[in-house]
Amino acid sequence: MKIPIYMDCHATTPVDPRVLEAMLPYLREEFGNAASKSHAFGWRAEEAVEAGRAEVAALIGASPKEIAFTSGATESDNVAVKGAAHFYKDKGRHLITCKTEHKAVLDSMHRLEREGFEVTFLPTGKDGRVDPDDVKKAIRTDTILVSLMHGNNEVGVLHPIEEIGRITREKGVVFHCDAVQSVGKVPFDVEKMNVDLVSVSAHKMYGPKGVGALYVRRKPRVRLIAEMDGGGHERGFRSGTLNVPGIVALGKACALARAEMADESARVARLRDKLSAGLEKRLDLLTVNGSLEHRLPGNLNMSFAYVEGEALMMAVKDVAVSSGSACTSASLEPSYVLKAMGVSDDLAHSSIRFGLGRFTTEEEVDYVIDLFAAKVTKLREMSPLYEMSKEGVDLSKVEWTNAH
Amino acid sequence: MSYSNKVIDHYENPRNVGSLDKSDPDVGTGLVGAPACGDVMKLQIRVSDAGVIEDAKFKTFGCGSAIASSSLVTEWVKGRSVEEALTIKNSDVAQELNLPPVKIHCSVLAEDAIKAAIADWQKKRGAASAALAADGERKEPAKRNGLLKAGI
Repeated sequence: MKIPIYMDCHATTPVDPRVLEAMLPYLREEFGNAASKSHAFGWRAEEAVEAGRAEVAALIGASPKEIAFTSGATESDNVAVKGAAHFYKDKGRHLITCKTEHKAVLDSMHRLEREGFEVTFLPTGKDGRVDPDDVKKAIRTDTILVSLMHGNNEVGVLHPIEEIGRITREKGVVFHCDAVQSVGKVPFDVEKMNVDLVSVSAHKMYGPKGVGALYVRRKPRVRLIAEMDGGGHERGFRSGTLNVPGIVALGKACALARAEMADESARVARLRDKLSAGLEKRLDLLTVNGSLEHRLPGNLNMSFAYVEGEALMMAVKDVAVSSGSACTSASLEPSYVLKAMGVSDDLAHSSIRFGLGRFTTEEEVDYVIDLFAAKVTKLREMSPLYEMSKEGVDLSKVEWTNAH
Repeated sequence: MSYSNKVIDHYENPRNVGSLDKSDPDVGTGLVGAPACGDVMKLQIRVSDAGVIEDAKFKTFGCGSAIASSSLVTEWVKGRSVEEALTIKNSDVAQELNLPPVKIHCSVLAEDAIKAAIADWQKKRGAASAALAADGERKEPAKRNGLLKAGI
């Protein structure tokens, strides 16, 4: 077993050696520009790009013509949200999203608000899921776009995209889905889910950073105003010379995911459940944040009451995880996702996100259980809150001095 | 967060973790911060009759620099008089630990914890000496002398 152990697969995933193998020739001899129509270097590059496009499309049940390559999910989200809002602004100026979305969507929405659009930020239940009825109720005659993620990057909760897609289709509202965390991990089908725009990223599914895709529906046709002006690549959605090695890698990552997803998801979910059960057995006062039933297989988001998340991460430095604690950010605010789900600030400060993936082993899970059990126990011995709770003090009744 | 070696040392080998009997009249307890903010420090001091801090213990819920700040101040207050301990400033803690700007509030909390612990001790002592005065000279004259020496 190699130390440190990587368990932060929502942040990024390692490149699968098979993906690396597939992309390397396009960093060496096959360096052509896919837009060069006059020689074999360009033709071969274009061929490779089209093969990649077909693989991305096949993984999400789309047609290759509906896939545009981007620099990653942040760009895909920006183009989808702002591009659709700008194109359909004469139809209406109301947009709908959710409080737990990724910042790429939320900040795009905030920019549109400043431009005069009106945005509804839907709440979630305690389980982290948006209620399709809330979407239905929020849609107005001037609503032009609904943007909701599939799998949440912090708590791994899956929104009921299929049910929401039925509603948006019926109402004739464009539906964008940021599926960065879920594509390649759980089945995703653009037809079944009735989504119109989908953001995908390579590095969350064992591909390299810097390449992603945006699915843009052709029937019924969805239109966007491009962010990037230039050579009119990618059907005008995204000008700029194509990242051929990246696209080849994304294609290979999609092909691997399509072939291996069923077995891999079952294996990863079993390891995740083992981790959760192992920690529960060794420690008291744990809470899993978000729905267990509707969840990405590799995600466990757990609060270790009376232990601060950043201090815990320092104690387990052999394991790469992340925390919703404020101390891990510069803002001094704990995770807005947990907050939106109604998790109290103190439990948000105590939260750890585990992200298991393709290369996580059983041995690593055993090691992590032992390490966390020991370190949480040690930090609780140091925690005045744990001591007070054991003495029977109701912490919610204590008058705290510094409520900043 | 990248921390100085001193923060990491205090975090990994915290000094004086534990609790003193908070009902002991010689013990002052300071509890500062709030769970919702992600930092709570409990600092306890045992003060001798001569007004010298003989022992200090802490427990902290908080990030690495909060734990390090409280560990450091337990070392600093030990052996000092109450008056000297009151002169410890948050900037001294921040400087000693080389805290990054976003962690300065941890040092502020550590200074607050010292002040709160001393205030608690003074309150107890004030109450004890008032009770003593009311009870007359017969009870524990030695202890009362000690109190006077401590300037209460």
